[in-house]
Amino acid sequence: MQNSLIDLKVIATKIRIDIIKMLNKAGSGHPGGSLSCVEILVALFWEKIKRTPENALSPDRDRFILSKGHGVPALYAVLAHRGVIPYEELFTLRKINSRLQGHPSRLDLPYVEASTGSLGQGLSIAQGIALAGKIDGKKYRVYCLLGDGEMQEGQVWEAIMSAPKFKLDNLCAIVDYNKGQIDGYVKDVMNIEPLADKLRAFNWNVIEIDGHDFEQILSALDEAELVKGKPTFIIAHTVKGKGVSFMEDNHEWHGKAPNDEETKLALKELEEELNELLSQKAEVK
Amino acid sequence: MPAKATRVSFGEALEELGEKIRDIVVLDADLSKSTMSIKFAKKFPDRFFEMGIAEQNMIGTAAGLALAGKIPFACSFACFLIGRYETIRMSVAYTNANVKLVGTHAGIGIGEDGYSQMGLEDIALMRALPNFSVIQPCDDIETKQAVEYIALHQGPVFLRLTRQPLEDVNPPDYKFQFGKGVILKDGKDVTIFATGGVVFNSLLAGEKLEKDGISARVVNIHTIKPIDEELIIKCAVETGKIVTVEDHNIVGGLGSAVMEVLAENYPVKVKRIGIKKFGESGSPKELYEKYGLDPEGIAKEVREFLK
Repeated sequence: MQNSLIDLKVIATKIRIDIIKMLNKAGSGHPGGSLSCVEILVALFWEKIKRTPENALSPDRDRFILSKGHGVPALYAVLAHRGVIPYEELFTLRKINSRLQGHPSRLDLPYVEASTGSLGQGLSIAQGIALAGKIDGKKYRVYCLLGDGEMQEGQVWEAIMSAPKFKLDNLCAIVDYNKGQIDGYVKDVMNIEPLADKLRAFNWNVIEIDGHDFEQILSALDEAELVKGKPTFIIAHTVKGKGVSFMEDNHEWHGKAPNDEETKLALKELEEELNELLSQKAEVK
Repeated sequence: MPAKATRVSFGEALEELGEKIRDIVVLDADLSKSTMSIKFAKKFPDRFFEMGIAEQNMIGTAAGLALAGKIPFACSFACFLIGRYETIRMSVAYTNANVKLVGTHAGIGIGEDGYSQMGLEDIALMRALPNFSVIQPCDDIETKQAVEYIALHQGPVFLRLTRQPLEDVNPPDYKFQFGKGVILKDGKDVTIFATGGVVFNSLLAGEKLEKDGISARVVNIHTIKPIDEELIIKCAVETGKIVTVEDHNIVGGLGSAVMEVLAENYPVKVKRIGIKKFGESGSPKELYEKYGLDPEGIAKEVREFLK
């Protein structure tokens, strides 16, 4: 690990603060699924992909495909904190002429790797990049983040069927299993369980973790790198709206931006957490 | 040269290009013996991916390969590719992935298999996507040159090919020019714009009309998008009346593309010849007679139109 656990937690909280600010400024967007995937993105971009402005488009870079495109505020915030896009640009989200489209657009911002937002397509794209890596003997790894509701899409299962055929051990899929989708709980809308059994039956290496626990995320990502001959699927159990008490596990916050009052409340909670983390960090030193 | 299906010419061209252009990779969805990608598959097994009967995943995987610098040709029947339009729209067009979609079995010309296997709406859909070029060659030499052009062209392309054999239309010294129509026969009373499998029949129709004293210009439009606006306008100015011929639904196909250019620039009377409903089973010859895409059927429509 390059960063201490407390540092990663500090970064995650700062990203959450920016997500809330961005969505408030934009006046629309998806807080629930953006907040639930923060630790996964921070673990990837700070410890594995290690994205920098210099490697952001290099042919040998590790790739990250955000198949659940509505979670893109989290990705934009991560790219800004990694220095790939200017921090101020975050607040142009969803505004006219912005590169930060409501869902990722590679045409506008190449750092998102692929245009997504129509669910179900990212894993196929990730598989294609992984296949090219195999053909060329490249060392890069390809990560793909899916939503749990997205697992209902047929194309996802086509890709789940094909990636083991090609022995894509350079491919790691992660599902942000926050249990919610627009119309309600995933288990009620269209149950995807038993998910781990299904994925194992399709010949994936499957790891089930708490998707907010950095140690578990990083150890799963380490394991994925060591497994040879098959792709890895990480089932990351998360909480929708994580970090903001009134948004947690509440479908209403799937696709609604906080107003000024709600933003104030959310930021108060997150800033208290940030201060707590910073004082813990000071004590450790 | 004996008549040859453009899918066969494609398979031969790809096999040859695979040697020269090492970044070419090919994907198929359990139809490699029909799309003729099998030739490439046999010669370059490491660069061929059999994706099974799962076209969406094939198209998305092709997009990923393209994003990593490969030149993927993803092959299936035209109707099955456009059935996965949303994947084409997002993962290829909006991502601007350098994917070459090859849709074979275009039109009623496939014959006995019937409507479910006939590409009849693919031009309309693919034409609507920004970033995409749409090409439909009419014979062996044009197909081979188009395939090479497409491999080197930066950006997504939809290539539409026939199941049925096509007679040679172009001379041996033919040079394919992207976006340029080809005048095959000059004339002054009417211009017939045709594309793909019906170009040869349109040419024969032009010769028949000549005997009736009608001087028909026949133009091959192999690049449907971007279309040769300049030539279309020029023909309207010079011959006044315009006919379009395509083995595709007349809604959104070549006829529509030509009319869009004329309506905005130089409105003249246009007659669209093509398919107006679903296709059906039958031999290709019987179907072309029934649907008026044989030389006599085309000539008859033109005569009526000029009355």
